[in-house]
Amino acid sequence: MPRWIAHLVVVAVFAGLIAVAFARVNYAWNWAGVWEYRQKFVQAWLTTVAISLAALVVSTLIGSLAALCLASRRPLVEAIGRVYVELIRGTPLLVQLLLGFYVVASAVGLENRYVVGVLVLSLFSGAYMAEIFRGGLAAIPRTQRDSARAIGLTPWQTLRLVILPQALRLVLPPVAGQLVSLIKDSSLLSVIAISEFTLNAQEVNAFTYSTLESYLPLAAGYLVLTLPLSALARWLESRVRFEA
Amino acid sequence: MLLDARDLVQRFDGTTVLDGLSLATGDVQALVLIGPSGGGKTTLLRILAGLDVPAAGGVSFDGVPLPRDEAALRDYRRSVGTVFQAYNLFPHLSALDNLLLPLVHVHGLSPAAARDRVREPLERFQLAAHAHKRPAELSGGQKQRIAILRALVVRPRRLFLDEPTSALDPEMRGEVLAMIRELKETGVEFVLVTHEMAFARRIADEVAFVGDGRVLAAGPAAEIFDHCQSPRVRDFLSRTLI
Repeated sequence: MPRWIAHLVVVAVFAGLIAVAFARVNYAWNWAGVWEYRQKFVQAWLTTVAISLAALVVSTLIGSLAALCLASRRPLVEAIGRVYVELIRGTPLLVQLLLGFYVVASAVGLENRYVVGVLVLSLFSGAYMAEIFRGGLAAIPRTQRDSARAIGLTPWQTLRLVILPQALRLVLPPVAGQLVSLIKDSSLLSVIAISEFTLNAQEVNAFTYSTLESYLPLAAGYLVLTLPLSALARWLESRVRFEA
Repeated sequence: MLLDARDLVQRFDGTTVLDGLSLATGDVQALVLIGPSGGGKTTLLRILAGLDVPAAGGVSFDGVPLPRDEAALRDYRRSVGTVFQAYNLFPHLSALDNLLLPLVHVHGLSPAAARDRVREPLERFQLAAHAHKRPAELSGGQKQRIAILRALVVRPRRLFLDEPTSALDPEMRGEVLAMIRELKETGVEFVLVTHEMAFARRIADEVAFVGDGRVLAAGPAAEIFDHCQSPRVRDFLSRTLI
């Protein structure tokens, strides 16, 4: 059976189960009320796309930088990377957003909540990226660095021509997973009143009292973003694949 | 080459690996280092190849001392070639790209000039048909021969070969040893660490027996293999030369 047919079958069975569940609870659908807010959904979805894209770029940069810190032989630099990663990964994004917006951003006079939101989200996701990148770098055997030194490559050439191309193959799947998480985590930005996708669904629910009609499009809207991202990652992975 | 290594000391995590090792050779083309595992052969070779700096002591080739700072050592490494026991090649690059990488990125050849440079050697060592394969698709012997070729195409002053056949099946050992023999015939200078005693005896101009972090015997191959006075060396040879 071709893979795409297998996927379709699984999706159909799953959808069938959900449909049966809805039929059994006799849910009274009210799509008309929600439909009036379609513009609001589209606007908010675009906001989520923009925030996610920005955070995707910034968190990759932060993650790369922090990974270099983690791999550093200088104790102080390594400590900065380690403390950052552990503090961020060990605390809820919710708290980081509230602290970042109401305390840190206020203290330095940064008022644009969208900028603050993207920064906090990027710092959050960057901590996970840093560990992924560090692991990827550490997985390249020492013998590769030896070979690179033996032929006279500089440390920078070694990184660019030998280490990174091999590490990239290792980190692509976990990075794609992290980016999917990042997109969904952007929903928490609603707590600092950023008008993104999830906040708008909450508002529509408050206006119409149609909970599922408000939230099901929300799930679909995130899937529209995350599924192509996963597909893209798989395609990239197949392009950089080689046997070690 | 005239090698002069004086009072080399090297320690790793408190263990002394080279314990005041000294070795002076005549003007030889092929120097072979033999001796028991853990005796310091590889550590010595890494210092000679400019990969490690000794904790104490110094090395000179043809009267020119090896530098100690990394930038100058890198220049030195660019002028020689080193082949390790295994995992020399970059797995994400084809055999050909492995050969081209140092030519283009270290020695400044254009990609076209680099391809011209490697064409004839690939033919000569029957590797042209495998040039576009990734290392994972090559046999162990082919991998080692590509690795030797990569060290060779930059036209090094000399090669350092660290047990290039130890990780190979007997059949593949033969093809790598044949290649080294051909290098000897074409005048390439090299220092070879090996456990292949019969081969060492045939190919070496001089042999140094390294054990306990020192040179326990050194001299022309025939002298070491047939008339060595050191009981330690004779015992080792009697157990390895069957």
